[in-house]
Amino acid sequence: MKGLKIIVLAKQVPDTRNVGKDAMKADGTVNRAALPAIFNPEDLNALEQALRIKDKNPGTTVTLLTMGPGRAAEIIREGMYRGADNGYLLTDRAFAGSDTLATSYAISCAIKKLEYDIIIAGRQAIDGDTAQVGPQVAEKLGLPQVTYAEGIDKITKNKIIIKRRLERGVETVSTTLPCVITVNATAPECRPRNAKYLMKYKHAKTVTELQGTAEDYIKLHEDRPYLRIPELSVADVQADLHWLGLAGSPTKVKTIENVVFAAKEAKQLTSDQKDLDWLMGELMANHTLG
Amino acid sequence: MANFYIDNKDLKFHLEHPLMKKIIALKENNYVDKNTYDYAPVDFEDALDSYDKVLEIVGDICGEIIGPNAESVDHEGPEVIDGRVKYARGTQENHEALSNAGLIGMSLPRKFGGLNFSMVPYVMAAELVSRADAGFANIWGLQDCAETLHEFASEELKEEFLPRFHKGATAAMDLTEPDAGSDLQAVMLKASWDEKRGTWILNGVKRFITNGDADVSLVLARSEEGTTDGRGLSLFVYDKADSGMTVRRIENKLGIKGSPTCELVFKNAPAKLVGDRKLGLIKYVMSLMNGARLGVGAQSVGIAEAAYREGLSYAKERAQFGKAIINFPAVYELLTDMEVKVKASRSLLYETTRFVDVYKSYTHLSNERALDKDERNDLKNYQRLADVFTPLLKLFSSEYCNQVAYDSLQIHGGSGYMKDYPIERIYRDARITNIYEGTSQLQVVAAIRGVTTGVYLKQIRDYEAQELRPELDYIRRDLIEMADQYENAVALVSEVNAQEENNDYLDFHARRLVEMAGHIIMGYLLLNDTMRDAEYQKFAELFVRTGKAENQKRYFYIQNFELKNLGMYKK
Repeated sequence: MKGLKIIVLAKQVPDTRNVGKDAMKADGTVNRAALPAIFNPEDLNALEQALRIKDKNPGTTVTLLTMGPGRAAEIIREGMYRGADNGYLLTDRAFAGSDTLATSYAISCAIKKLEYDIIIAGRQAIDGDTAQVGPQVAEKLGLPQVTYAEGIDKITKNKIIIKRRLERGVETVSTTLPCVITVNATAPECRPRNAKYLMKYKHAKTVTELQGTAEDYIKLHEDRPYLRIPELSVADVQADLHWLGLAGSPTKVKTIENVVFAAKEAKQLTSDQKDLDWLMGELMANHTLG
Repeated sequence: MANFYIDNKDLKFHLEHPLMKKIIALKENNYVDKNTYDYAPVDFEDALDSYDKVLEIVGDICGEIIGPNAESVDHEGPEVIDGRVKYARGTQENHEALSNAGLIGMSLPRKFGGLNFSMVPYVMAAELVSRADAGFANIWGLQDCAETLHEFASEELKEEFLPRFHKGATAAMDLTEPDAGSDLQAVMLKASWDEKRGTWILNGVKRFITNGDADVSLVLARSEEGTTDGRGLSLFVYDKADSGMTVRRIENKLGIKGSPTCELVFKNAPAKLVGDRKLGLIKYVMSLMNGARLGVGAQSVGIAEAAYREGLSYAKERAQFGKAIINFPAVYELLTDMEVKVKASRSLLYETTRFVDVYKSYTHLSNERALDKDERNDLKNYQRLADVFTPLLKLFSSEYCNQVAYDSLQIHGGSGYMKDYPIERIYRDARITNIYEGTSQLQVVAAIRGVTTGVYLKQIRDYEAQELRPELDYIRRDLIEMADQYENAVALVSEVNAQEENNDYLDFHARRLVEMAGHIIMGYLLLNDTMRDAEYQKFAELFVRTGKAENQKRYFYIQNFELKNLGMYKK
């Protein structure tokens, strides 16, 4: 089969997994300065799925697409260190304040400018936890979508077979290409960065980042076109300003409360030996027993 | 997200040592590769930045994959199925992660798919992997064999074998046999030229071979019929794909259980000659062993780091008599002593590595172009230092590693004796470091040359002459006193020894003398570290204080010892 064109949607998010005292501002919004900016974890699972397709189908290209401020270019570099071929940074002041609807509109406008067979995204981002952007992008592009994916079993000429992880079990579905897939955290973890890719792409920069860089490195960029990370603006993707930013975002935050979780995620156990061993392990690990 | 590189500032500190400028300049040879390879650095800053960032990858894999796998690997261990070794599941996973990340063949030139890294970052990676899982560090560290091929094999063999490493090929060095352990001159495995097949063939048995079922094995064999010593031995490279070797069994060891220690049977196994005949042991294996000793140095520091961290975190958590045990002097003294030993052995590790780095780079450079006179002298000087620092490093780091692991288990009390905490595994793993690749006793035999030839003393006096901030002079004064005392001790022993026909008297005191030199050298290294970062002052002061007392003890013993006392020890 010929190589496929895959777009991976990735987001730079504040690391909300280790939240300290100053994680929230007084007005109830996230204090982004206090939390390190990371590659959204489930987007890494999505990237791994894309890279696995690339491993199996020579000629496949993996392109990252991220929307965010200038520093989000780091996400594209991180992706390239792991095996992605290139990436686009969708960045414009007009995007600021976008909710999921406005974001998926902007992203779908950008995707229309690119070639693709498969679009893969993480299920949801750890800052908003909405899980809406992937499905909304599919709707806007008029593509079939498969959510909660855990693995891709097979790809033929224009059909793809995908395993979905649902609460009560696993479901195997097929759909046609092109399509949008969102991937769960239960899918295999993303491979580590590769030393050679890292050394090759660490100088990759957007035009904005290149400003103020030493002469030698500007020369390096001229010699090595693959080091350029293209920036896409509202004008580049021909988006309508009405549907962007605060104006295009029907979501309005009314209040924010502090909630203490009473219980963690539920896990159903049977009395078989494997489940019992697991439970014992958990109880010992948190020192309930032993 | 555990990252063993980022959580240990010491490593970046040593990576940024001023000598790195020279080391990288030599290694990158005017950055010629930048026009051919997209991952080659364009200048010094770029190269150093690449080292730093790649070590971050190593630290990530160690913290997230290798470390968490260590317990299951220790329990499962490898097994032999139909004459072949099957790694534990975690070992396989570790190997794949490092190999996919491009971290095998780190020091090989780019034309063979390597990263062309200098020794310092490579040894740092070895330290990191060892902290995560000392047993696995052996499997990964055997990529040293590639370095030996690169140094001594023909172009043809290099082309054949070297590009396989970055694709994940594993390696082994097959040296020891049932009757040839420390005494490698006794190796019997036979190599004979098979006219019909047009190849060398190997027949015989190897024992205690780490990772014996590797893809590529370097085998020491007797190629000269009728010989009995080292001059009849040559080095061969055996490709597992050619078959002819099977694994008879793997040893059941105290520690480093994930690393398969194999007994191998060679039956008409085809192999290729590396370099020249008869130089196998006396040239190539000696070089291989020096590399391996540096590797054990890194492994020892890595294990000691792991042990120290386990002890520290347990002491903070464990409360007795109404407070965390870290608040009791008996415990915090142990912890600080452990920390000082880790820092001192790490400083010795990277000083030694830098010496090796410079002379190896010169050696490789001399294959590309003729060195000028200054360069040749420089090479000789660094090689001399590397030769005497390597055994000193192996001796101290492995002994300290054992002491730190012992004390860490002690801090754990009864819990440490149980299988519930990582320290029992670390304690078992530590025990091999002062045994293999030459026992501590054999390191002393190698290191005593540094005492008798005066290389240590000269280096000590060189350190002494270095620029120092006045407020640190109180530490140097102690070190100068220690150096004078060491000189006296050497004179006392040499004087008596000179009256004797054999060297027994010198051999008897050898370890004491080597250790005296070592304490002074590490004291200076920590003092040098303090010049770059004031945080090391505490460690320098504490190390020198203890070292002074330790040297006093040895000096007192030597002073009050007479030749006739030797008889009381003889068995």
